[in-house]
Amino acid sequence: MRRTVLCLALILGSTSTWLAASDSNGAWQSKVPQKDRVRVNPQALDPQAVEAGAVVFARHCASCHGSDAAGLGKHPSLRSARIHQASDGEIQWLLRNGSLAHGMPAWSGLPEIQRWQIVRYLHSLPQEGNRPR
Amino acid sequence: MNLKLICFGTLAWLSAGTPASAQEVPYFVTYSHHMEEPGSLEIGTKMAIGKPRNPGHRFFADSTEFEYGTTAWWTTELYVDVTGTKDESTVFGGFRLENRIRPLMREFWINPVLYFEFEDINGADKSVLEVVGHDAAADFVDDVQQTRQEKKREVEFKLIFSSDVKGWNFSENLIFEKNLNNSPWEFGYALGASRPLRLRASAAACTFCLDNMSTGAELYGGLGDRYTSGLHNTSQYAGPVAQWQIPNGPRFSFETGFGLNSYSLPHIVRIGVAYEFDQIFRRKGGLR
Repeated sequence: MRRTVLCLALILGSTSTWLAASDSNGAWQSKVPQKDRVRVNPQALDPQAVEAGAVVFARHCASCHGSDAAGLGKHPSLRSARIHQASDGEIQWLLRNGSLAHGMPAWSGLPEIQRWQIVRYLHSLPQEGNRPR
Repeated sequence: MNLKLICFGTLAWLSAGTPASAQEVPYFVTYSHHMEEPGSLEIGTKMAIGKPRNPGHRFFADSTEFEYGTTAWWTTELYVDVTGTKDESTVFGGFRLENRIRPLMREFWINPVLYFEFEDINGADKSVLEVVGHDAAADFVDDVQQTRQEKKREVEFKLIFSSDVKGWNFSENLIFEKNLNNSPWEFGYALGASRPLRLRASAAACTFCLDNMSTGAELYGGLGDRYTSGLHNTSQYAGPVAQWQIPNGPRFSFETGFGLNSYSLPHIVRIGVAYEFDQIFRRKGGLR
């Protein structure tokens, strides 16, 4: 019995370690299917999308990533070069699926159009290091 | 004095967190695959008000809910139940401890969630957080002082399936419950569908915007037990649900459930209020 419990604990531990390691340093981008990666943001031409995205971001994302999206505690900055270089489709995919092993929840419950609005807002922010003083 | 200090300290600690709004569905009985955000604590109350046919008395049941996002794929929840019955008394109904786990780390067309619960309640509990087996309106008629003597230590498993399609959420729950006092397994189900009133977010923050409100419907009921499974002699309910999330404020939910057969209560009115404290254990001013 004790051996079974030990084996189960070992399997659980190694699985979570593998999950944690597999997604680190932006490895999530490699998981984005090509059809999602190349998706065009339907909000790209909406002049109000950035403002609306800022409202949604403040409501759902700012508590972890900071009101200025520059990161908070262990939660990463969203003004990084990685986010700036990511395509709209890649960020939308990340918002929908989350990175559950790393604490990023899936935001599939948000309507897709609001996720695209957040993407517009994030890509409108100045990149880290290039921020006006 | 000590109790007052503890209460004050707890309130002060909770109010240090910032309020947040999660992607909640408006259901009272049905669960979706949306988990509590990791590190967030939601404190809520779910009230059920109903009246069985004569000679039953009107009742009011309240479940206070503490929901914590342990990780992004694991949510823990504690319910504390209190039931009041007109012309009788108000009694403690018991507690429930539940865990929900998402086994798959990505979104799929249908997303499964595993649910485990332990309940230590008594027969006077009328919170109707689920309907299983041959639960009936007659269970609500007996005197509270008698029914509270009946101890119910139960384990419950739910298989939750949930999908998000074009702004809609569709959730299906299968319920398996067993009283540890040598009773047979009882079965139940819950189905829900909901949608925000507007999908596109407003460019200005507003309280009464339609994207802060959602509506839908729930259908739930018993499916008998191990020996007599099926819809025969089971309670069945259906009703519309509505929800209003005040930005950076509380969330209000409302449901009017109608009993679909004579075995059910004629109707149950449910009111829910919840408030989410975000990142309650986060260190202020951490490293960036």
